Amino acid sequence: MAIHEPQGNWWQPLSKDEKIWFILALVWMLVSFLYMPIQHFIGVQNPPSESYRVSAEDFEALIEAQEEKYTVGEENGFPVVRPNPDEPVYLKASMWEWTPVLELEKDKTYKIHLSSVDLVHGFSIQPINLNLMVIPGIDYVVNLKPTSSGDFRILCNEFCGLGHHTMVGKINVI
Amino acid sequence: MSFEKRTCEISGLEIEKNSESMIKLNMATAIIFFAIGGAAGLLVLLTRWPAIHLLPVEWYYRWLTAHGLLALLVWIIFFEVALVHFGSVTLLKSRLAVPILSKITYGLMLGGTLLVVVMVLGGQADVLFTSYVPLQAHPLYYLGIILFAVGSLIAFIHFFINAVVAKKEGEYKRTLPMVSFGIMAASIIGIMSIAHGAAIYIPTFLWSLGIIETIDPSAYRLVWWGLGHTSQQINVCMMVACWYGIAAFLFKAKPASEKLCRSAFVLYILFINVASEHHLLVDPVFSTWHKIVNTSYVMHLAVLASMIHAFAVPASIEMGLRKQGYNNGLFEWLKKAPWGNPAFSATFISIVLFGFLGGTTGVIFGTEQFSIIRHNTWAITGHFHGTVVAGTTIAFMGMAYFLIPVFFKRDLIMPGVAKLQPFVYGTGITILSITMMAAGTFGVPRRHWDYNFSDAPFGYQFDSTVDIFMGLVGIGGLIAVVGGAMFVFVTLGSIFKGNKRA
Repeated sequence: MAIHEPQGNWWQPLSKDEKIWFILALVWMLVSFLYMPIQHFIGVQNPPSESYRVSAEDFEALIEAQEEKYTVGEENGFPVVRPNPDEPVYLKASMWEWTPVLELEKDKTYKIHLSSVDLVHGFSIQPINLNLMVIPGIDYVVNLKPTSSGDFRILCNEFCGLGHHTMVGKINVI
Repeated sequence: MSFEKRTCEISGLEIEKNSESMIKLNMATAIIFFAIGGAAGLLVLLTRWPAIHLLPVEWYYRWLTAHGLLALLVWIIFFEVALVHFGSVTLLKSRLAVPILSKITYGLMLGGTLLVVVMVLGGQADVLFTSYVPLQAHPLYYLGIILFAVGSLIAFIHFFINAVVAKKEGEYKRTLPMVSFGIMAASIIGIMSIAHGAAIYIPTFLWSLGIIETIDPSAYRLVWWGLGHTSQQINVCMMVACWYGIAAFLFKAKPASEKLCRSAFVLYILFINVASEHHLLVDPVFSTWHKIVNTSYVMHLAVLASMIHAFAVPASIEMGLRKQGYNNGLFEWLKKAPWGNPAFSATFISIVLFGFLGGTTGVIFGTEQFSIIRHNTWAITGHFHGTVVAGTTIAFMGMAYFLIPVFFKRDLIMPGVAKLQPFVYGTGITILSITMMAAGTFGVPRRHWDYNFSDAPFGYQFDSTVDIFMGLVGIGGLIAVVGGAMFVFVTLGSIFKGNKRA
């Protein structure tokens, strides 16, 4: 019984049922374990892994330079920036805003640099539901190729203080 | 060695006096905090239910923090301290080696809990359960967590002191009984996870005092999850130990192979720690291969252990019941199982729900490609309500139904209510967990006060299907609250007012 010390030699070979189950479980686990790296190569839905250190001041400066160069309008008080696909694009998270509103062209690939200038935030594009962490002091590089046009929202899905629920940004794909 | 003990007429266990009073105290305290944590859960539920949206924003986050702390940490760890005593004293027919340690544990854990709750509800710690830096709470909040952790650390160390003393005094010859072995695995993982806790909460505490200048937010997440996830494996080990324990007490069941089941516990100890990396799959900083090796390779070895138990526990129950004569056909044993005994039904529900609801979804969400479409959505909340609530909490409920008559020497009151309780609670949690995962699939964020984004500069409306799921979460949650309240009434009622046994 499981509540008493086992008697005699309990280090015995497995019975047939146990062996079958154990081998099935082991094979299943091996398949899952191999499939994760395999999917990384054959799939297109992998989290990016390029990142750099960046200070909040430097990142603010990059955001400002981008705004000066590529602002094409304004929406609800936010500059609308239409960046050049051949240059890095910067998107800033702060309490409780995503700046700027990005205007991207369909089927062009952009290198988007994400960073926060204060707390940890969560980058969540809706309605396609793609989620990444945005960490202060870290520049996270995402290769993004919009494949459909329209309005997209960026929610924050990591708690960042009492205004967390109002932190919604926008991407327009044209 | 002679010491004061009595023989329990229900279980045949020999119960030593010092450990008995500590088990009673920790169990009763756990249930009281379960009740408060559940009530906090109700407030959170009624706020996320769009039709009601009860609490204002700051109170939503405070009660959410309180719900997480009390239900995930305080209820579960107090109950686990009772199990540590049960596994290292009662099952070994031994004595409590250092009674004062148990008292220190209890004092530190209770003091820490009260300090944390006062800080959180006093609005001094609006940082949520994870307290990711640079969000900062009052230093006393971190101190409260540290006190609680030190208390539980002492309890886990006490397991080994008790076990060594019992062996020296000849209470067991070679190895621990299986249930104690599981609790020992939990204690090892406990010590390991609290080491991570010390590595992150002590610097954070000093940072909140201004002694340390900065804490790297990325490093914080890495080390914090070494605590946050590893500690969930304490719960898994304790839960599995309860499964084996209830099967043994009710059916004299014995694991088919002690070798396989014990090895499975060792897999948990070896592999769960680095597997906690799956929380960081969509973080910057860590390389792809770092993430893949730690989550894919290492996590699946821990999952293999759960697969082994998933076979061994039901198999031992089946063998036990077949020995009682329920031998017709494939499933007579299951039909004739004592479904009216809440200790059994809770255990069985816990096994099924942990496997199919919590375990499978954990394996799925723990992959790179799923993490990017589920991370920080409500699907994750649904997943861990399938593990720590449907799994651990329901298993502990079953254990409580068994242990209360044994230790408090009182009958359970309201047996009809007790009989139904695991089914009501299990149904509620199942609905809650599945519909949370469904809403998360559409991108509904977790820990979020207003999924309508009414004050945001850019509005956003989720697919209208989400509204149905939000309502269903509310209904499932209410059923679970009713089931939770039934548990609290039956257990606390029995503890204080149950018929006394001789």
